[in-house]
Amino acid sequence: MSSHKIGGTSEVRHRLTFDWKDVGLRVALPLMAMLAAMLIGAAMLLLLKANALHAYAALLAGAFGSVYGFTQSLVKATPLLLVGLGICISFRASVINIGGEGQIIAGALMATWFSLAFRTWPGWMLLPATMTMGFLAGAAWGFIPGILKARLSVNEILSTVMMNAIGIQLMNFLLRGPLIDPAGVRAGTFLHQSERLPEQVWLPRLVPQTLLHAGAIIAVLLAIAVYIFLWRTTIGYRIRAVGLNRDASRYSGINVPLYQTLSLTLAGGFAGLAGVVEVIGVQHRLLEGITSGYGFSGIVAALFGGLHPLGTIPASWLFGSLLVGADKMQRAVQVPSALIDTVLGLVVMFVVGSALLSRRWAARRALTASGS
Amino acid sequence: MADPTIFTVPATIGILSSAVRLATPYLFAAVGEAICQSSGVLNLGVDGIMLLGAYAGFFVTLSTGSLWLGVLAAMVVGLLMGLLMSVISVSLKAEQGISGIGLYMFGLGLSSLLFKVTVGTVKTVVGFQPVKIPILGDIPILGEILFQHSLAVYAAFLVVPLAWWFLDKTTWGLKIKAVGHTPAAADSLGVSVLRVRYASVCLGAVLAGLAGASLSLAMVNLFQENLTAGMGFIAVALVYFGGWRPVAIMGGALLFSFMNALQLWMQVLAVKIPSDIAVMLPYVLTIAVLAVAHNHEREPISLNKPFERGEH
Repeated sequence: MSSHKIGGTSEVRHRLTFDWKDVGLRVALPLMAMLAAMLIGAAMLLLLKANALHAYAALLAGAFGSVYGFTQSLVKATPLLLVGLGICISFRASVINIGGEGQIIAGALMATWFSLAFRTWPGWMLLPATMTMGFLAGAAWGFIPGILKARLSVNEILSTVMMNAIGIQLMNFLLRGPLIDPAGVRAGTFLHQSERLPEQVWLPRLVPQTLLHAGAIIAVLLAIAVYIFLWRTTIGYRIRAVGLNRDASRYSGINVPLYQTLSLTLAGGFAGLAGVVEVIGVQHRLLEGITSGYGFSGIVAALFGGLHPLGTIPASWLFGSLLVGADKMQRAVQVPSALIDTVLGLVVMFVVGSALLSRRWAARRALTASGS
Repeated sequence: MADPTIFTVPATIGILSSAVRLATPYLFAAVGEAICQSSGVLNLGVDGIMLLGAYAGFFVTLSTGSLWLGVLAAMVVGLLMGLLMSVISVSLKAEQGISGIGLYMFGLGLSSLLFKVTVGTVKTVVGFQPVKIPILGDIPILGEILFQHSLAVYAAFLVVPLAWWFLDKTTWGLKIKAVGHTPAAADSLGVSVLRVRYASVCLGAVLAGLAGASLSLAMVNLFQENLTAGMGFIAVALVYFGGWRPVAIMGGALLFSFMNALQLWMQVLAVKIPSDIAVMLPYVLTIAVLAVAHNHEREPISLNKPFERGEH
């Protein structure tokens, strides 16, 4: 999959080193895209004869108006950030990973099975082992399309989509049989959910009476780690070089397929971790619909954060807030929360659509900087 | 598979007939996507267009009682979505894989939103009924499999040769392929890359809208949230699978829908394979075929590459 057009070597060099002067532009463009999408959302509300102001007011109140709303936003931001970190890595390598949903499921399934199978272990062993196993399961779900791309040139967009479908069916199958809650079977309800996980594997709650759990802190620490990885290590540099110019990378001796596979594997691992924290941090069991679409909305968060791990932190928080606010809006003014999904789709299109402007501005500045 | 009931004549006819019927939305969507991709634009938002098309067709038919107005609405919605995709991906030169995901999310969200606001509950419409083709429909076995379907099915299979003729035998088709391979050369000969890509994306999107309508007006006769459940993505896979050739795409669509029909009938006949495992088969098969099919030399060279004058 070839990607962005790269004008010349000066632009490549420009993009391989992170330029803090760009930050203003990088923040302003997505925010303008957001504003435009929200305005179109308001116009749609008016067409549906709903009061757009009331709806957005309810949305803001839901997200920021209470301790619960605020912490709940962070709870939703956590998987978005984890998925988004993986997206940063893979998109930076020009590998389009649409398999977040399947990778989340792989991580969640593994965490559920592993913590139940080894429930006798003490927490200090079980918790890190469960998280590692979940990461590895997600990574495996990313590795398969990665290696298929590297060895057999299978388009990763298509294979990751197929892996999503396979993951969903696998989860449905396991939740109807092998992993089904024995209590539900005894009670005759046959709910499609797993047994409750052993308590020592639950992530500690940060604020009493809320769902905010330690996974949020882990995610932020990992964001810093991914930033260091991408911008301060050789492997990270090569991943970005492969993304910026595949041919030049190959000529300079970088094993392009290896780094593409690696980026997709890591992306899968981070999405898998998102599945893990949903299971051991929020639900304490595996439920159908555990992904809540985070595999896709994580892409939005990462794009909004400029495919930069640190930028993805506030972006995830913003979209976490939007999701929480949308639930509130649905209850308060009966505007379906699907409105926000619509707005998110527009945000994606506007953000990638505005990339042309930012490229032109960057090129112009590079030109003036070189004194020509 | 060891269960003998699936190998009886009525069951086999049932499976094959279902396979032909189930191929319908994939054919519309995948052939449309093939035209779009031949011009060099990857539209990943097919599923979103299908969803909005399915909703529009359903809602208009529900409120006016006219199936044809429903079909028209689905086409108009497809055209609008095609224009949106063109503006973002052709004019603004956005990364196509990502803008397509945006389009998908937009279609998914908007179709759910509109459905909840305007319909709300499960309602059904009287969809296109099976029409037995005279003489051909009376052929034993073959008639039952091929010639006792609704108009949507016949239309989908008619789109295949039409698209082949359009892409391979008309000037327009040649222009589309030229723009998809070497846009700079086409541009220098006076072909408007922009106009050809806009037209191809929109034509593909109209067909995706029809694919959605075929689902809501001829197959399930209702609409619900995320009705397509990822069919549009399969359609994109089928384009690669068939190497951008309509007839080969039809082969792929039939193979995929055959696996689906087999899986559905295995559930009906209670063959002892867990249905969720059987449901995975078509997807596993698709990955496997993508891995062994070496279609890369057929891929439009400029697929997924925005065109800029003076750049190579």
